Amino acid sequence: MRLKLEKRRAPSLAMLVATPIASVILTMLIGIVVFDLLGINGFEAVVDIFLSPLLYSYKWQDVALKAAPLIIIALGLSMGNRAQVWNIGAEGQYVIGALCCAGVGIAFGQTGGFLVVVLMIAAGIVGGGLWAAVPAWLRTRFNVNEILSSLMLTYISFQVLGYLVGGPWKDPNGRNFPATAPLADSQTLPVWPESTVHLGVLVALILPFVFWVIMARSEFGYQVRVVGSSATAARHGGFDSKRTIWATMIIGGAMAGLAGGLEFAGVLHKMDLGFPSGYGFTAIIVAFLGRLNPFGCLIAGIVLAVTYVGGQMAQTSVHIPNSTAGIFQAMMLFFILASDILVRYRIRLIPSTKAAGV
Amino acid sequence: MGIDFLIAAIITVVGLSTPILLAGLGELVVEKSGVLNLGVEGMMLVGAISGFAVTVYTFNPWFGVLGAAAGGALASLIFAVLVLQLNSNQVATGLALTIFGTGISSLMGLSFTGRIVMPFASVFPDALAKHEYLRLIFGHSPLVYFALIMVPLTTWFLKSTRAGLILRAVGENDLSAHSIGYSVIKVRYAAIAFGGAMAGIGGCYFSMVITPMWAEKMTAGRGWIALALVVFAGWRTGRLLTGAYFFGILMALELYAKASGFSFLPSQFWAAMPYAMTVVALSFISSRGTAGANAPACLGKPFLPST
Amino acid sequence: MASPSRLELTGITKRFPGVLANDNVGFSVKTGEIHALLGENGAGKSTLVKMIYGILQPDAGEIRWDGQRISVTNPKAARKLGIGMVFQHFSLFEAMTVLENIALGMDAKIPARDLESRILAVMGQYGLKLEPHRIVSTLSVGERQRIEIVRALLLTPKLLIMDEPTSVLTPQEVEQLFTVLRKLAQEGCSILYISHKLHEIKALCDTATILRGGKLVDTCDPAVETSRSMAEKMIGSSLKDISRVAGRAFGPSKLVVKALSLPADGPFGTALRDISFTVRAGEIFGVAGVAGNGQNALLLALSGEAPNQDPASVTVDGVAVGHLQARARRGHGIGSVPEERNGHAAVPIFTLADNAVLTARDRLGMVRAGLIDAKAARTYAGEVIEAFSVKATGPSALAESLSGGNLQKYIMGREILQKPQVLVVSQPTWGVDAGAAGSIHQALVDLAATGSAIVVISQDLDELLSLCDTMAVINGGRLSPPMVVAEAKIDEIGLLMGGIHGEASHAP
Repeated sequence: MRLKLEKRRAPSLAMLVATPIASVILTMLIGIVVFDLLGINGFEAVVDIFLSPLLYSYKWQDVALKAAPLIIIALGLSMGNRAQVWNIGAEGQYVIGALCCAGVGIAFGQTGGFLVVVLMIAAGIVGGGLWAAVPAWLRTRFNVNEILSSLMLTYISFQVLGYLVGGPWKDPNGRNFPATAPLADSQTLPVWPESTVHLGVLVALILPFVFWVIMARSEFGYQVRVVGSSATAARHGGFDSKRTIWATMIIGGAMAGLAGGLEFAGVLHKMDLGFPSGYGFTAIIVAFLGRLNPFGCLIAGIVLAVTYVGGQMAQTSVHIPNSTAGIFQAMMLFFILASDILVRYRIRLIPSTKAAGV
Repeated sequence: MGIDFLIAAIITVVGLSTPILLAGLGELVVEKSGVLNLGVEGMMLVGAISGFAVTVYTFNPWFGVLGAAAGGALASLIFAVLVLQLNSNQVATGLALTIFGTGISSLMGLSFTGRIVMPFASVFPDALAKHEYLRLIFGHSPLVYFALIMVPLTTWFLKSTRAGLILRAVGENDLSAHSIGYSVIKVRYAAIAFGGAMAGIGGCYFSMVITPMWAEKMTAGRGWIALALVVFAGWRTGRLLTGAYFFGILMALELYAKASGFSFLPSQFWAAMPYAMTVVALSFISSRGTAGANAPACLGKPFLPST
Repeated sequence: MASPSRLELTGITKRFPGVLANDNVGFSVKTGEIHALLGENGAGKSTLVKMIYGILQPDAGEIRWDGQRISVTNPKAARKLGIGMVFQHFSLFEAMTVLENIALGMDAKIPARDLESRILAVMGQYGLKLEPHRIVSTLSVGERQRIEIVRALLLTPKLLIMDEPTSVLTPQEVEQLFTVLRKLAQEGCSILYISHKLHEIKALCDTATILRGGKLVDTCDPAVETSRSMAEKMIGSSLKDISRVAGRAFGPSKLVVKALSLPADGPFGTALRDISFTVRAGEIFGVAGVAGNGQNALLLALSGEAPNQDPASVTVDGVAVGHLQARARRGHGIGSVPEERNGHAAVPIFTLADNAVLTARDRLGMVRAGLIDAKAARTYAGEVIEAFSVKATGPSALAESLSGGNLQKYIMGREILQKPQVLVVSQPTWGVDAGAAGSIHQALVDLAATGSAIVVISQDLDELLSLCDTMAVINGGRLSPPMVVAEAKIDEIGLLMGGIHGEASHAP
């Protein structure tokens, strides 16, 4: 017997939906086994990581706050990936976006209000977009691989952050700790009464619809898909690949910058060295788990946020280290990538064909 | 600036360039076979912790190096199975490997935080290794010599052996190599495992030579610089060596700026330098277009024989 | 009693999903015989020889070699038996030297110096010229084929399989190849010669086996048969002639190309040099030439995918469009169909409706306020499917799910139904079965009859001679002066294709 791959006539929609779900379930099962082998109660750990945040309503707002940046960044990245633009420096664009947002806030001093907050968020979007424009420029002008350049810029952004919060923007009343002064209340995002859920969560719920219309219905979305499928066909159809690279790269950066601004103005209210939290990298997983579909990103963002919150819960309940959440996330990505083949191919078991005679 | 300082500086530069040289050599062979493995950073971290752990248990850094190679190779095999057997997207799978390697190395490293290991004994007698001037040649870590031997060895393998010829052929035109009767998959498995082992050894240089102790994410993006180095070198081993030293100098500058505070520029400027210069170097090389002519034609593309 | 045949096939059957590629095929090849395997594209010739060479395994049937029953599990085993093969699409490594390429084809490890001397010996013996240390990407197509032949000959094969070897050669190169093959056959090597070119088979082969639709039709003697009788066996039904109004008058000049030059695209591209020609309304203008002489560049330069500095280099109805991109040129009425269907003319993983949007969205108003009118795209795709009898499940079928011929019909239809003023097509019937080719030709003639100017770039001389009113030959990025097809001489065209300009007196 051996495995044989047979190409399907059309991609299987069922597999497209089923494989991400199966990936999550498989990750949970393997988690149980691995934890048991490590001498930890695997069942309890996996329940804590994947289910507890959903079961306890007081954890929902934590999930929402973590899901919002993941969803927003993943939307931008999945558009880029559709165009075969591999922006993996979203973390850097997220940091720079937050810094620009903070810069505007600091410039306005104690002055706040609606307009200032809008300006701050806009600065975040612009900052993230500009940071992403660098790899776009390098790719279209010098043919520099955007994977490497966007990642290098992420490491540079950490140094920019370190410089600003440790130098010019350091809080004079902060006991020499490298951090900015907390935002004035009038400069923070509006929050749902009696909770920590800020306006950014609403943005994260609305944006998937916007992105769906762009990707599925608009000529620009069509252009992105054509360029991603075949640059030559795109040229034949009269679409400019370079402009598409620019656009998707900048949109990806702008989304990351938006997420950074929202996180800063909605949750943290000050910048310090701990600001880069890996959302920009985790969003890559969200984009793939969501199959580069805007609504898929919405769901996948929530799933990944659950593992973040659950990971923290499991840390106290079964004493597993913080890094295990990262392993689970990577495992999910492995499974989803491994199962990609099921969407386009059918796997058949066939009896081995020994040549007759001899 | 005395001669002493100069010698110390050169030793630092050579040391700092060694891990990216090792990882870069491995990745060069992988890419020559037509596969783009972006998981170098992850494999280096796995190598760093495996090497460290084995050394802690065996008290022998050489076993540690073997452990690092095995760890890196094992990690790379996850990538290999997905990419070669299941035809998954190479870029995404490489990223997944980096995320996985970061997580798994943190988990493995929990019980090793704060511990230190036996350093390598020098391969040369102290009279040479600690000599005022001769240490310039004899005073390096054994892994430095290993890396330097691997450069001509890799060149020889790729240029002059039949196996190297087949490996290049597979990266140049996988379908043709397949139709002649070579096993594209097997060749790529071997190349990927070699790349993983080399990245692993490069990674253990951090935990066993530079510090020598384990810390989370201690490779700090050097795996990505190694990837850039391959492009920078135009897939040529000789230029890979030059490039590694170039980046070694940049990284040494950061250390020096931090230690001496000589600079009116903030230390973050120097810390950002290697990354910024990587981008600049890539721009130079990529825009010339000559490097691309030497790029393996099948790099990053899935192998889909039509049978 | 004669010795057993060198190769004998009986009952060979091979099935692919949805296709029966070979159905109970059997024939035999004698020692020193040049045996033709004749059939249309898609008749199952390539599948059959791939099984002989061990790339594919038959589902049923047996292969005998010198009377012994064998199973050829892989190409290495085939070579061990003494079977060599020269592929239609060369399996060469562009960035490597001739020597390295040949070394890769050898199963035994031979030191480079020995190999080089053996190569030189084989080349001397058969009069094949090659420089061992040249990089393959710098070689001509004919030279590349010679590498493949030398590689096969170094193994002193008892059976040499040639898969459509002349499709990329000039007539002169074909003659040289035939000399080599005849010499080989005299020395006792059997040759299995795959082709669909009847005159070649008559000139070269001792026996011909004809396949149609995966089945064996006949094994015959080409010396006894006429080209016509073999063609009928190959095609099955007599070909429908292209119907057109005789003695048509052409309208005013529609497409004028003047001193068009374009630098080469990349190290392996061909530069266009000073190309000028005029196509009048209702005229079909053919561009002949051997592959790789600038055909692709010419198509891109005309379609606007490779725009030019000089606006006046291309004009349509007097409007200079040379500087415009593809989209803008389409607005001026230039449609185009490139040679490569998947990934150039169409996006394989898109539906036919989505592929309609690719080139028809502006002319047919499929985009409103930045949003795509999916219904309009579906309707248009449906019209194309209907009008060109494309075999597909409907507008939502994926382009890659269509057979090559059907996709080509769809793409042709997509452009033609937009009623372009100028249509430029490259290799319109490449890999398309005879029936589909006939309907594509008819559609082009009909479009010309409505007053459009048409440029057909093709490597198939027969196609150009039967379809075009005027033609020119492209060689090394230069275009010969046009000639009226009715007065053109085939040997003259052959010389032009081979790059010999001086001896060809230019027809008016």
